Formats: sequence, structure tokens, C-alpha cells
Amino acid sequence: MNSNVGIVIVSHSPDVARGAADMVRQMVGDDVPLAWCGGAPGGGLGTNVEEILAAINRAWSEAGVAILVDLGGAETNSEMAIEMLPDKQQNRVVVCNAPIVEGAVMAATEASAGSSLEEVRRTAEELKPA
Amino acid sequence: MQLDADLQRRLIKAVAERVIVHTDELVALDRAIGDGDHGLNMKRGFAAVLADLDKFSVMPLDESLKGMGMALVMKVGGASGPLYGSLFMALGKALPAQAHRAGLAKAFAAAVDAVKARGKSDVGQKTMIDVLVPVLAVLQDTAGDLPARLCAAAQEAATATIPVRAQRGRASFLGERSIGHMDPGARSASLMVCAVMDVMEGRA
Repeated sequence: MNSNVGIVIVSHSPDVARGAADMVRQMVGDDVPLAWCGGAPGGGLGTNVEEILAAINRAWSEAGVAILVDLGGAETNSEMAIEMLPDKQQNRVVVCNAPIVEGAVMAATEASAGSSLEEVRRTAEELKPA
Repeated sequence: MQLDADLQRRLIKAVAERVIVHTDELVALDRAIGDGDHGLNMKRGFAAVLADLDKFSVMPLDESLKGMGMALVMKVGGASGPLYGSLFMALGKALPAQAHRAGLAKAFAAAVDAVKARGKSDVGQKTMIDVLVPVLAVLQDTAGDLPARLCAAAQEAATATIPVRAQRGRASFLGERSIGHMDPGARSASLMVCAVMDVMEGRA
């Protein structure tokens, strides 16, 4: 079991989520648990609470999971998914306020160094607009 | 609190169908200041509610509201899923044991608070909250003619979002350009309130 913080990428578009995950894999490697999801329930653009929950569990690490989102509903649905997790998982998952692609790469880079969830989040959020 | 099963069924059906009938209008409103998905997302969510209409009609009202809220959370696919889902779930949780106006107003207040918390938003930011709060105010006011005033208040409040500059959601990215359009979430909230009142007043 990988002890590094896991990264979850949640986009309205499965293509964007998959592409961002590809970039993380190529630039950071395989030392970080990584999962992505995108698309509305039943298809089309949007995000899906059930799939976000599944992605959190695929990328699960005892060190926690950092979620990168694109827009509006991706954030709200991710927060909803976190609340639906069992209590012992809930406080170890955060949504990063950062751009999805750059944030995912930066968060994964930080995570691959064995950093804590809070450090991973801080590194991703250094990218947010001032 | 319990409702007659036939009334409960008519209420759920009316709300779901009212939203679905207005899909194109909600899409158009959202396309003007958002990403155009509000109508389709709401249609998908309430189609899921209608698919389980038989089940939701016969459940105790609190359980039914929680179940519909969860269906919206899981099926809508946009921010309105958790927002309306939280409204329904919190309303179900806070329902009084017996139907009375003060208890209903208190339950609705808890539901509006849940939406505020979920959306990290409050009145004046051009959202569904701008409709829910005036509706709550009517519910809390003990004057007569409640059904007519509730629907009118909801419609007026939705219209009143037109000149407001958006501060939440994707519309907020537009800044000044969000002015001059009705908020789609405010519109969908007003549609639901009026659908409920039409049933209560025997118009549907």
C-alpha cells in the first residue's frame, strides 16, 4: 500500500480528467495513488457524486486524498462526496482551490516526496490567482 | 408528519413535471450567464425522482424528502444536485411531527440554512437563495392567503435577480455581464414553489 497522499482529478469532462491524469503520470510517475472521473450521471458533461466517491476510494491512502476540480459543480459535488464518506475518512480528504491541471501536477509532485495532506494542498493552492 | 398518499404523489409529480416542462427555459437562462447545463441537469434529476414516484409517494414524508434529495444529489450532475438535494434532505430531517405552519416554517428555515452552507452563499448573490429566503419570510408571516402569496413571492424574487450582479457559481465569472439575466437557480426554485402551491390550491 502506497503511503503517499493520493490525488483525485474531477472534471466536467472525462477527456479533461483523463488528460490531466496522464500528465501527472508522465511528469510525476507512479509513486502517487491517482484516480480521475468526469462526466454527468448517464453521460454528457458534468460530475457524478457516485463516481467521485469511487475515485476517492481508488486513490485512497492513509495519508489522505487531495481532490483537484475544474468548475462550480465539480467542487460542490466533491464536497458532497466527502460528506458521504465514513467518518474516519472524511477528515482526510480535501478539495484544493487550484487550477485542475497545474494543481494536479504540483500536488502530485509534493505528494511523491512523502509530504502531508496539508503540505500537498498548500503547494497546489500556491497556484491560485491572487 | 403524514400526508395523504394521493396528495403526496400529486405534489411530487407536480414539482418534477414543472421543472422538466421548463427544461428549455432553464437551459436558455443558464446559457446566458452560466454553462447552459442547469435545465438538463435538473431534468435528469427529476426524471430520476419520477422513475421512483410510486416509492416516494407511499413513504413517510420525511423519508420521501430525504430519498428524493439523495436522488437529486446522485443524478443531477451539477452543483444544483447537492444544493437542491441538501434542501430536500434537510427539510425531511426537520419536518415537524404534526403539520402546522410554525413547524413547517422552522423546517423550511433549516432547509434554507442547509443550502446556504452547501453553496457557501447567502442572500443577494444571485442564486436560488434569493428565492428561498423571501419564501421563508412569507411562511413565517402569519397573515392569510398563504398559497397565493408564496407563489407570488417566489416569482417576484426570481425576477428581482435580473439586475443583480452574480457573486456565486459560474455566473460570477462574468462580473458585470451577469446583470440583466434572471438567475436559473432562482427560476427553478420559483417553479417548484409555485408547483406545490398549485396543487395545494387545487389548480393541478
